[in-house]
Amino acid sequence: MSSSPEFWTVTDTVKRVASGEISAVRAVNTLISRITNLDRELGAYLSTDETGALRDAAEVDRRRKENIPLGPLAGVPIALKDNLVTRGIPTTAGSKILQGWVPPFDATVVEKLRAAGAVILGKANLDEFGMGSSTERSAYKKTRNPWDTSRVPGGSSGGSAAAVAAGLAAASLGTDTGGSIRQPAAFCGVVGLKPTYGRVSRWGVIAFASSLDQVGPLTRTVKDAALVLQVIAGHDLRDSTSLDAPVPAFADAATGDVKGMKIGLPKEYFEGAIDADIRAALDRTIAALKDKGALFDDVSLPHTKLALPAYYLVAPAEASSNLARYDGIRYGKRAEGTDLLDVYRKSRGAGFGPEVKRRIMLGTYALRSGYYEAYYKKAQQIRALIKRDFDEVFAKVDVVLTPTTPTVAFRFNAKATPLDMYLGDIFTLACNLAGLPGMSVPCGISSDGLPIGAQLLGKPLDEVTVIRAGSAIEAAVGLGERRPAGIGGI
Amino acid sequence: MAELAQLLEDWEPVIGLEVHVQLATATKIFSPSATTFGAPANSLTDPLVMGMPGTLPVFNRSVLELALRLGVATGSQIRSKSRFARKHYFYPDQPKGYQISQFDEPLCENGHIDVILAGAVKRVKLERIHLEEDAGKNTHVGAVSHVDLNRAGVPLVEVVTAPELTSSEEAAEFMRSLHRLVRWLEISEADMEKGQLRCDANVSVRLRGEDRLGTRTELKNINSFKFVQNAIDHEIARQLRLIDSGGQVQRETRLWDATLGQSAPMRSKEEANDYRYFPDPDLPPLVVDGATMANILRALPELPAARFERYQKMQNLSADDARTLVGDRALADYFDTAIKARPGDTGRTIANWMLTELLGALNAGGITVAQSPMPPERLAALVVLVETGVISGKIGKEIFEESYRTGEEPAAIVQRRGVQQISDEPLLTAIIDSVVKRHQKQAEDYASGKDGLFGFFVGQVMKETQGRANPVMATELLHKRLGR
Repeated sequence: MSSSPEFWTVTDTVKRVASGEISAVRAVNTLISRITNLDRELGAYLSTDETGALRDAAEVDRRRKENIPLGPLAGVPIALKDNLVTRGIPTTAGSKILQGWVPPFDATVVEKLRAAGAVILGKANLDEFGMGSSTERSAYKKTRNPWDTSRVPGGSSGGSAAAVAAGLAAASLGTDTGGSIRQPAAFCGVVGLKPTYGRVSRWGVIAFASSLDQVGPLTRTVKDAALVLQVIAGHDLRDSTSLDAPVPAFADAATGDVKGMKIGLPKEYFEGAIDADIRAALDRTIAALKDKGALFDDVSLPHTKLALPAYYLVAPAEASSNLARYDGIRYGKRAEGTDLLDVYRKSRGAGFGPEVKRRIMLGTYALRSGYYEAYYKKAQQIRALIKRDFDEVFAKVDVVLTPTTPTVAFRFNAKATPLDMYLGDIFTLACNLAGLPGMSVPCGISSDGLPIGAQLLGKPLDEVTVIRAGSAIEAAVGLGERRPAGIGGI
Repeated sequence: MAELAQLLEDWEPVIGLEVHVQLATATKIFSPSATTFGAPANSLTDPLVMGMPGTLPVFNRSVLELALRLGVATGSQIRSKSRFARKHYFYPDQPKGYQISQFDEPLCENGHIDVILAGAVKRVKLERIHLEEDAGKNTHVGAVSHVDLNRAGVPLVEVVTAPELTSSEEAAEFMRSLHRLVRWLEISEADMEKGQLRCDANVSVRLRGEDRLGTRTELKNINSFKFVQNAIDHEIARQLRLIDSGGQVQRETRLWDATLGQSAPMRSKEEANDYRYFPDPDLPPLVVDGATMANILRALPELPAARFERYQKMQNLSADDARTLVGDRALADYFDTAIKARPGDTGRTIANWMLTELLGALNAGGITVAQSPMPPERLAALVVLVETGVISGKIGKEIFEESYRTGEEPAAIVQRRGVQQISDEPLLTAIIDSVVKRHQKQAEDYASGKDGLFGFFVGQVMKETQGRANPVMATELLHKRLGR
């Protein structure tokens, strides 16, 4: 365990702050100076709130001195994806159209983090409105992969993943609509957990696709992810899609014990083009889990190939609707125009980037009168089939194991067409369409020195099993103390 | 050009109405902001009403109860699982870029409203009643436009009739019936001046005997009973004249200008919005369970059309009196309480006293039936005193006036003032005997054919009794005593 807080786990930080070994202010200050030194090159943060962070850290220290009980994340420095709404802190969703907007309220997850004593360092970069898989679609800046600065960190929660991987935050929150937590976690060598749809409140989450979006943690250990999930999960009356289900003690599930656990290997996830290094890493993972007593079963999810087309109808359709509110009238940037229509056209024309416009067009097309049945409704029917596939598989196994991505982190500008980019997400989309919990856990390093992620998919509301299996993978084939070679490594 | 009346012999107007009714909840349909009328601009807002990123709608369950009352009262089929849908269009009064409404799975379908037309009841079919949120309000001041979002998110029901009204009078009467019904059910104040009841009309004409509907136009902004009638009349005439001069009606939306008394095209079919409806993913299906329905049914009052018929059949009221009573639920409830306090007789007398004495006094005082100082039981007691001959009708009016003013029981006033009618036959006979004896000359003149003197004797008897003699009995006894 290092004596400097940059790579401490969440658990360590909480323990050391609570014992007075280090003040929260010092822990937070260490990370703030690290951000100052390294983030110019890394580009993980869109904005930082040093004043607020030090104020909150001082409050933790004051409580400790006065023996007031500390929250479960007291003194833990955290980064938030910039599509999570923060009172008094600019929130952009990575888009020019929200430039200058300072929200008057906090997202539920932000309220919960604050109540738990977490210290918010700043807002992390993302693909505009979460639409992308490389963070290259941010309207503001490039985020680099800390393992190799010529490569992308993944996306859309690329800033959240890079910050945690490079030791610029102890943990971060991302959002996941089609893999946006798990894929950057895999590319950056961190743990990314997408909870069951409805497990975490969406109040204060800037919507991309409402029926798919879910908030979750990115951390350096499985137990840390469980601790953060514990804090942010739970029923919220402000979100009608949030589930009224008890929140188990997630962190207690990070035991590494998989004896007797039945793990399914869906053949559709292993038959396409996958990097040889990733195949080999998954093979080693499977072997290690077998050694620990897990039982493997070959299963089939026959509608897997329909996930991509279904996703690219549902997500853009909902996005085209959710993004209709950005008209430059009440907040964000307004362009001058000759009349109302001209103001709309110019504000939206200048405010949205090309990928966002592409998806708004796709979605608008799919929802046209007379086309709804053929597109959106058909896609929803496919969702039901995909969900049924999983129901059938989960009647036989406890959890499903797949690669998170078909490749490791790619270079900037490597994807020539939007479709090339979309195809990189084939393994992560079904999880959102079916509303399941999913996690990416580091399971090895490629010959290029880049992290590889294993994906675990669980039954609805069964994050506990996912966490248990994830902690076993972490213990057997995880990255251990290995740090990024590009930025932030020690 | 042929005269309009002549054209109407061949052509039949067909009208369907889409009526928006504001539901009287304390807070908005999807957020906790208040719904008060007339508050300072944009004071009844919150992040959701402003359409801010990250906000989510939460359905206000009290909206459901009010809408269900209307659904049940109109005999609609209620969906156990209905759905909210997003209706998209860009306008600053709609901060999210879409309105949350219901589309292919509305709360209520296939209901009806009974419209009272010239004493008869016409049943008008309702295609649907669905829930939606109201938009804000734009006002244009020169080159600048102001947006007030106080009204945005106020709960509405949209009531859509089948195209089966055949005249502007029927349409206006439908509006009156709906207005009465929603007030009756206490789900809306339905004040048209405050925009709590708003009407759009679809108007077309077709040759009589034709089954198919003609091309329709939609009239917007007809927000008073009078405008409904004027605008539809104007549109029927416009369409008939157009056809008569060889033209064709175009499918379009027209805006009614009440000041000019005419409509102008607003947008053509080609310019119509594609609303891109789809189920709102932020809101789960709206479920109506058996217990909710049972509560609504239990609390449902007898409806105006049913009372209108009962008052005529069971209480022997004229159609006019019955219509007046059911025009206001408080008035009808007053009547029902009064007749219950005095069972076994027709309500006609009570209705007369209510509509003349009571309403007269209330109007003079500028107060409503609900505020009446004279409770229905007391009015009934007074009517009993008159009907059983204890006091005369004339005295009754004086007693009413005093009781209304002081709150004293009518019987007590009668006792105190000693104004009971004299119906005691031996006593009246004795009084008449003494009157006739005192006026022998007139008695003889009457006997010899001077008929006009009968009134003189009645007057003398009334004078003798300070007006308390039972007039019927006194007349009868006088005839007997005077010999003819």
